[in-house]
Amino acid sequence: MNIASSAQQICFVILGSVVILGALGVVLLNNIVYSAFLLGGVFMGVAGLYLLLNASFVAAAQILVYVGAVNVLILFAIMLVNKKEKLKEIQGLKVRKFLSGLVCTGLLLLLLRVDFTTQWISPGPEAIGEMATERIGEHLFTDYLLPFEVASVLLLMAMIGAIVLARRDVLTSDVGTGDSVDQNLIEKSNEPILLDQSTK
Amino acid sequence: MLTNLKEVIFFTVNTGLDLESSFNNLLQGLGLSSEVSHILWLPLPMLLVLTSALIGVLVTVWLERKISAAAQQRIGPEYAGSLGILQPIADGLKLLVKEDVIPTKADSLLFSLGPVLVLIPVILSWLIVPFGQNLIISNVGIGIFLWIALSSIQPIGLLMSGYASNNKYSLLGGLRAAAQSISYEIPLALSVLAIVMMSNSLSTVDIVNQQNGVGFLSWNIWRQPVGFLIFWICALAECERLPFDLPEAEEELVAGYQTEYAGMKFALFYLGSYINLVLSALLVSILYLGGWGFPIPVEWIAQFLGQNIDAPLVQVFTASIGIAMTILKTYLLVFLAILLRWTTPRVRIDQLLDLGWKFLLPISLVNLLFTAALKLAFPLAFGG
Repeated sequence: MNIASSAQQICFVILGSVVILGALGVVLLNNIVYSAFLLGGVFMGVAGLYLLLNASFVAAAQILVYVGAVNVLILFAIMLVNKKEKLKEIQGLKVRKFLSGLVCTGLLLLLLRVDFTTQWISPGPEAIGEMATERIGEHLFTDYLLPFEVASVLLLMAMIGAIVLARRDVLTSDVGTGDSVDQNLIEKSNEPILLDQSTK
Repeated sequence: MLTNLKEVIFFTVNTGLDLESSFNNLLQGLGLSSEVSHILWLPLPMLLVLTSALIGVLVTVWLERKISAAAQQRIGPEYAGSLGILQPIADGLKLLVKEDVIPTKADSLLFSLGPVLVLIPVILSWLIVPFGQNLIISNVGIGIFLWIALSSIQPIGLLMSGYASNNKYSLLGGLRAAAQSISYEIPLALSVLAIVMMSNSLSTVDIVNQQNGVGFLSWNIWRQPVGFLIFWICALAECERLPFDLPEAEEELVAGYQTEYAGMKFALFYLGSYINLVLSALLVSILYLGGWGFPIPVEWIAQFLGQNIDAPLVQVFTASIGIAMTILKTYLLVFLAILLRWTTPRVRIDQLLDLGWKFLLPISLVNLLFTAALKLAFPLAFGG
């Protein structure tokens, strides 16, 4: 065993434990902010695993999308609404915890069984390294064009949905009778953005 | 031994100044195995990056103090060294020996981790900065994409320190920093994409090589004037320099996410922001101003003077010209950034986000579209 491969193995052990322990921390920690930061660590660990597999483009994309966008948005949302409040007691919490633990253990056992029964080809196909960027581009614009476009439509729908939710126009008066009404929404706009402009 | 060294030097300059292989050859000439010499080589680029980044920061801090003084009709630092040139070192030493305070109610773990997370990605990004054909730490294929990915880690560090300080100004500063860097990263990446489309490569070395066909006339700034402006504005916003320094706006937020920091942890933020400024200027010069290229190609000059471009001495000479040109262009841009900082007022947060999302993003999309069209229409001028 030469230096390069032993260094690779040490890196793999470290990254693997970071990912597993971090993921456990995300689920089990009580402080939601810690969970969110640990999630970023897990994403970084996965990017490191991609780097070990000689897939540098995928690793960089993983960091850019998951750490730079997804995790930052999660943190953003948590910090904007980080109110310390007593949650209501949930009925039968112990039974629920037991049941979800059971499901998770079952899933783990199933995956372990898959892991041990499959004949893994070793070593796998050779990594194409620096060529990967071009190859991914080719695939995205030829045989994976439809999934690529469908995914972009999905993102567009999510974006429109977010805009609709964020710009909820509140009616301060009943449209039929003209009486003022309270819709019991949590947030109340001081000035209805679109609806009341015609009456002015 | 001496002949061996001569051979090594000859070999070095003959292959276009490839320092790594010549270093390995030297050590192997001394009777070490290739693996040992590789391990001995590994820390050298890291040290080189750290020292060059630090020296860059020291120079920039001195420039900032002197130029701001000139802009405000003061003298600025003058007692530490001649013209106050040692002032940044004095500042750094002061920060080193200051007491490191962690507020009682702060989250000490996240509080210490935040500045580190801000600094490390910035230093790592120096890997992809080329000073010559082979004078680059690592010519990774994903080059400029690595920088974009790494710079997206920074907001997490800012959010972390803002949250951990347990201070409303810090939290607001951290949130603003994250919002700002998310919104300006998109036009930034789109303008880089236009460049990448023209040079058919993400690698910084290829991007510079593609610009140096006919000297300064072939620099990307002529082909991508709009992209250059977008990139420069976004780079300033990512560095949180005035007019975009909202995360640490003194009059509104004390010092933003840095409010509770002192001593070395504050120094990490300070270093991070200045290294980021120098790095952004370097990247602008690489992407738009021809990197290490001399305004008139050195090959032409060598031909005019009747010199062989591959001769060892000429190689050393051209390499030094390359380094000097990169640094010159970079510091011209740093000078511009400093002038902007001391002469422009700060924008409001809503103006900042409006500029990012409603102006720069559409413009950079149109710029990308135009570049694609021009590339198809004039493949000779726009990299077919």
